[in-house]
Amino acid sequence: MNVPAAMNKPLLDVVDLHAGYGLTRVLHGISFALAEGSITTLLGANGAGKTTTLRALCAMIRPQGQVTFDGQRIDARATEDIVRLGIAHVPEGRGTFVHLSTEENLRLGAYVRKDRAAVEQDFDRVYGYFPRLAERRHQQAGTLSGGEQQMLAVSRALMLRPRLLLLDEPSFGLAPLIVGELFAILRAINERERVSILLVEQNAAMALDLADHAYLIETGRVVLSGTSHDVKRNDAVRASYLGY
Amino acid sequence: MDTFVHQVLAGLATGGIYASVALALVMIHQATHLLNFAQGEMAMFSTYIAWALINAGVPYWAAFFLTIGFAFVLGLAIQHFVMRNIRSTSVLQLVIVFIGLLVIFNSVAGWLFTYTIKVFPSPFPKESLFGQKYLSSHELGAIGVTLVVLTLLWAFFRFTELGLAMRAAAQNPTSSRLVGIRVAWMLALGWGLAAAIGAIAGMMVAPIVYLDPNMMAGILLYAFAAALIGGIDSPGGAVVGGLLVGVLENVLGAYVVGNELKLGVALVLIIGVLLVKPSGLFGSVQVTRV
Amino acid sequence: MSAIAPPVGTPLAAAASARRLRLIGLAVIIVAACVLPFVVSNYRTFQFTLVLVYAIALLGLNILTGYNGQISLGHGAFYAIGAYVAAIMMDRMGMPYWATVPVAGGLCLVVGFLFGLPALRLEGHYLALATFALGVTMPQLLKNKYVEHWTGGVQGIVIVKPDAPFGLKLSPDQWLYLFTLAITVVMFVIGWNLIRGRVGRALVAIRDQPIAASAMGIDTALYKSLAFGVSAMYTGVAGALGAIAIQFVAPDSFGVGLSISLLTGIVIGGLASIPGAFFGALFIQFIPNIADQISKAAPWAIYGIFLIGFMFLMPMGINGAIRLGWARMRHRHSKPAQREGG
Repeated sequence: MNVPAAMNKPLLDVVDLHAGYGLTRVLHGISFALAEGSITTLLGANGAGKTTTLRALCAMIRPQGQVTFDGQRIDARATEDIVRLGIAHVPEGRGTFVHLSTEENLRLGAYVRKDRAAVEQDFDRVYGYFPRLAERRHQQAGTLSGGEQQMLAVSRALMLRPRLLLLDEPSFGLAPLIVGELFAILRAINERERVSILLVEQNAAMALDLADHAYLIETGRVVLSGTSHDVKRNDAVRASYLGY
Repeated sequence: MDTFVHQVLAGLATGGIYASVALALVMIHQATHLLNFAQGEMAMFSTYIAWALINAGVPYWAAFFLTIGFAFVLGLAIQHFVMRNIRSTSVLQLVIVFIGLLVIFNSVAGWLFTYTIKVFPSPFPKESLFGQKYLSSHELGAIGVTLVVLTLLWAFFRFTELGLAMRAAAQNPTSSRLVGIRVAWMLALGWGLAAAIGAIAGMMVAPIVYLDPNMMAGILLYAFAAALIGGIDSPGGAVVGGLLVGVLENVLGAYVVGNELKLGVALVLIIGVLLVKPSGLFGSVQVTRV
Repeated sequence: MSAIAPPVGTPLAAAASARRLRLIGLAVIIVAACVLPFVVSNYRTFQFTLVLVYAIALLGLNILTGYNGQISLGHGAFYAIGAYVAAIMMDRMGMPYWATVPVAGGLCLVVGFLFGLPALRLEGHYLALATFALGVTMPQLLKNKYVEHWTGGVQGIVIVKPDAPFGLKLSPDQWLYLFTLAITVVMFVIGWNLIRGRVGRALVAIRDQPIAASAMGIDTALYKSLAFGVSAMYTGVAGALGAIAIQFVAPDSFGVGLSISLLTGIVIGGLASIPGAFFGALFIQFIPNIADQISKAAPWAIYGIFLIGFMFLMPMGINGAIRLGWARMRHRHSKPAQREGG
C-alpha cells in the first residue's frame, strides 16, 4: 500500500499484518508505515479492524506478518518486551487500574524505567499537561470522570517516555470540548517531545485535523492512504466519514 | 469472667494464626480467583522442614528464616510448574488439582516424617510474660509475630514498586502487561509470598497443637471462614475475619457447643457467609456478566 | 443375514454390531459377577462387595459432579449418614438389614435435596468449599456429645453380618455379595435410564450452559436440587451396604479422606461416565491395599499423583481413554469396509 513519500526509515513499519480472535480473522494483510515524529491516524468504521491492529502491534493478540519498530522485528515478542522498547498503548476503554489511586496509576506507567529522578520530574510534567489530575492525585482512579480517566490513561502512557504512543479511540464517550482539549495536548506533546503518535479514531474529522498522515481501513484492509490534507478532500471519505 | 477474658485473648492469639492463613488465601484469590485448598498442607509441610532443621541442630531463628525461604521457593515452584500449565479453565479440574496437591503434601509429610505426633519448639520463654495469667508467652509471641508479618506485608504492598506491580497484576493483568509488568512472575511471587506466610502460621501454631500431618486441616477451615467473613478479596478483611473467628471459636466452644464441636462453628460460619453475604464484611460484590 | 439387516460394511451395520458386542460383553460381565463368590475366597468376595458399594457411591457422585457439574468434596457425609442409618437401625432398633437400604436411601434423598437448595446459590469453588467444610467437620458432628447416645461416639457401633436367608448354603460374605450385586444392578439400571433420558440431558445442559438451559425452559433450580438429592441417595445406599459389609461404623472413617477418595474414584474412572464408576471403584478399593504395603502414606500419595496426572494427561479418565481407543480401532477397522461399500 502507499507509504508516505520520502520515508527512508520509518519508526514503525507494518507489512502484511494478519490477526484475529480465534477462528475469526479480522485483519487480512494490513500494511502501513509511520515516520518518527509524525502523527498518523487509522480511520474506519466500527469493526473495520482498527483496534485489532493496535492490539496486534502490542502482541495482545498474536500477529502474523512483519512488524518492525526502529529497525527491530517485534511481531514475535511479548507485550512486556514491546513496552520496554518504548511503545505505550492507551487501550480502548482506557484500561485504568480502577482500585488504585491516580498517582499509583501514573507510577505504574513508569514501571520499566530505571531513571528514578527523571520519573519524579515526569510527574510534574504530566500534571502540567493535565492539572485536573494533580488535584485528584490520591483519589481512587475508578471514581474519576470519563474525561479524567482518559487524561489519566494518556498520562500513564506518557510516564513511559515513549517513542511511540498508540491511542485507541481517545475521543470515545467524551464531550467535544474535552476532546478538543485532549487533542491540543497531544499535538503539544508531539511537537515538544517528538513523541510519534498512532491514533485510531472513529471521529474522522477531529482525527484528520490532528494527524499528518491517514490510512483508511475497511474490513481488515487498507483502502486509502495519504496525507491528512489529501484524505480530507477525498470524495469518498467526505461522503462516508465526514458527512459532507 | 476471668475465663471469659482468657478465652477471648486466647482466641485473639489463634485468631492471628487464622488471619495469616486467611491472608495467604486472599492473596492467591486476588491474583487468580482460585481458592487454594492446599494452603494448609503446604504450611504443614514447611513446618516439618523447620522441625527437621531444628532437629538437625540448626538454631531456632535460623531454621525459622530458612523455612520461610524454602516455603517461598515451594510456592513459586507450584505456580510455575503446576498451576501455570493447566490449560483448562474448568473449575472442576482446577479444584481437583488443588485437592491433588493437598493430598500429595499430606502424604509426603507422613512418609518422610511418619505420623507420630512431634513436639515443635517455641522460641518464646516458658514463663508467662509480664506476670499475667491470660496468655502464655507463646500465645503473646504468636500475636507479636503475626502483627510484624502483617505490617511488613502491608508496607510492602503499599510502599514498594514491586508491591504496587503485584497489586496491579492481580487486579488488571491486561493493563499490567501494557505498562511492562511481567504478570506471570507476579503470580509466581504471589504464590511464594502466600506460601511463606502459611509457613510462619504453621510454625506459630505447631507448638500449641503439636506437629502431625493433619495439623492444618481444621485450621484451613477456620482460615477459609475468616477469609470469607472479611471478604475474599480484602487483605484487611482477612485479618479482621481471622481475629473474629478465633474469638468466636473459643467463646462458642467454651460456652455454647462444647470443645468437640468447635469445627462445627467453622462449618456454620462458612455456609452462613456464603449464603447470606458472600462478599463478606469488606469485600466488593462480584457481578457476573452474562 | 435376514433381508432387513443393514448391508455389511455400512456405518449402520457397524453401529448395530457394536451394540451387539456391548450387550454380549455386559452379559458376560454379569454372569462372571454372579459366579465370582463361588470361585474366590470369602475375603476376596468381601473385597468385591466393597467394590460394588463404591461403584454405587461413585455413580451417585458422578450424577452430581460429572453430569451436573456441581462439585462436591463432602460426599463422604452422605455415605456416613447411610452407614449410620444402617448401624443404628440394626443395632439400636433391631431392624433387619435389608430394611436399612431403602431407609438410608430415602433419608439421604431428602437430606441431599435439602442441602441442594442452599447449594443453588453457590458456584464452582464456593460449592467445593462448602462441601469441603462439611466433609472435614463430619467426624466431629458424629462424635459430639449430643448424638453420642445414638452414634456411639468415638467408639462407633458394631454390627452383626446377616446370614443367608431361607437356609441357603451360602456364607454370610457370599450372601451379602449377591445381595449387594442385586442392588447394584437395580441402581445402575435406574441410573442408566435417568442419564440417557431427558433428565440426563437436562443435567448436562445445566452443567455446560446454565443460562441457555434456563432460557430453554429447563427448571435449573429443581434439577440441580434433585441431582443433589438423587446423588446423595445413591451414596447413602452405598454407605448402608458398606456398613453392613464392614460390620462397623466409627466417626473417624468418615472424614474428608473418604470424600477425597470418592472424588478420586470418579476422576480415575471417568467423569460423566457410567462404566467409569466400576473402574474407579476397583481403583479405590484395591490400590490402597497394595500401596499400604509400601508405606502408610503411599496410598494417598498415589491418589494425589493420579489426581493431578489425570487432569493433565487423561481428563476423561479410564473410561474416556477406553472409548477413545475403541473409536480409533473402529475407525481403522471400518475403513476397508467403507471402501468396499463404495
